[in-house]
Amino acid sequence: MIAIAAIMLTDLFAVVMLFGVYSLLTATLFMDLDAVDVAFTEAAVGAGVTTVLMLSSLHLTKRWEALPRRNPLLALLAVGVTGAALVYAVLDAPLLGDPSAPVHQHVTPRFIEQGLAEVGMPNLVTAVLASYRGYDTFGETVVIFTAGLAVLLLLGIQDDPRLRPGVSAIGDQLVLRSVVKVLLPLILLYGLYVQFHGDFGAGGGFQAGVIFATGFVLYDLVFGEGSARAVVPPGWLHRLAALGVLIYGGVGVYSLLVGRPFLDYSALADDPVHGQHLGVLLVELGVGIAVFSVVLLIFYAFAGRGRRQ
Amino acid sequence: MTVILGWVSGLCLLFGSVLCITGGIGLLRMPDFFSRVHASGVTETLAAPLLLIGLALQMEWSLDLAKVAMILILILATNPTATHAMAKATLHGGQRPLEFDKDKSTGGEGSSKP
Repeated sequence: MIAIAAIMLTDLFAVVMLFGVYSLLTATLFMDLDAVDVAFTEAAVGAGVTTVLMLSSLHLTKRWEALPRRNPLLALLAVGVTGAALVYAVLDAPLLGDPSAPVHQHVTPRFIEQGLAEVGMPNLVTAVLASYRGYDTFGETVVIFTAGLAVLLLLGIQDDPRLRPGVSAIGDQLVLRSVVKVLLPLILLYGLYVQFHGDFGAGGGFQAGVIFATGFVLYDLVFGEGSARAVVPPGWLHRLAALGVLIYGGVGVYSLLVGRPFLDYSALADDPVHGQHLGVLLVELGVGIAVFSVVLLIFYAFAGRGRRQ
Repeated sequence: MTVILGWVSGLCLLFGSVLCITGGIGLLRMPDFFSRVHASGVTETLAAPLLLIGLALQMEWSLDLAKVAMILILILATNPTATHAMAKATLHGGQRPLEFDKDKSTGGEGSSKP
């Protein structure tokens, strides 16, 4: 229903808000399905960062959606045929939670039964994400880095001489500044907690990077562009993003140099489980740094640009 | 003691739910943006903490209770700030609160869009 409302409305401001609500509802749906890590990431990214980034991009474009100029019948036909094909394919899928489904056979019993012994951490999601399927997570990190690269190439971070520290676009807001000053250390501390606690509870590099970046975005929104750029200069950010990917790839290459397969963490220490711990720690650190710098970079690119108009 | 705690907790939960419902009705039916923001602010700042206190009274002293207490403090700190920020942003955008003109008997004039 929210999706239908989002399509029917032409006020893009309201649509962005509806997207935020949609993300929050999806996060609760994931919680209902017992997928806590995914719900966490969805809530942090979808309901938090994406709303802010979409609002910043609304500032660059128009607020009201332009009416379609062509007859949409052909597009409707294409979407209808594709949708019908997808629904037909889904009808053949096994029921949710069916133990004899193919996805629950093959390697999954091995992950569940031997995950704790082999990788040594209670959170199986992090174990699968960072260790068993570490190569896929490396691909995700490179995708995030590429998105940051694309934004840099297309928009670039403008260096405006009007951006001085202490000048805020919304003026001198006493209440907001006091509350943000108190909340900001807590937000950053929570981001660090999520980063390093991903082994035991819900968390990990992606959520932590997003939460950490959100703290800086909040500081930027309340205290002004100039102060935020004085704290984290844009020149650092693309180096930090590259550093994140480099840490991740570096762990893999180190394993290659020692003589084991790529991203085999047991090459990092004498005891294989100790090596797994170390490997997951380094890899999640790389992911966290990369996600943090890319999110902040995209925000700088969008937010700094609007000032020119 | 636990009986009293149970009753108090139930009352808190009941009041919190009633305030949530009235907040929702206010959000939909109020004529002006600022009254709507006030209604939703009541939901956030009073109803959610009451619900949390009602839940906390039923828990024993544990890490979960400490987490609920932290969530309570965070909600009490951030939700009024968010309401304040929304109202300030609307004022910055140019809307003014709907005012009642006391001379007219039916309705009133206002300079803001509902």
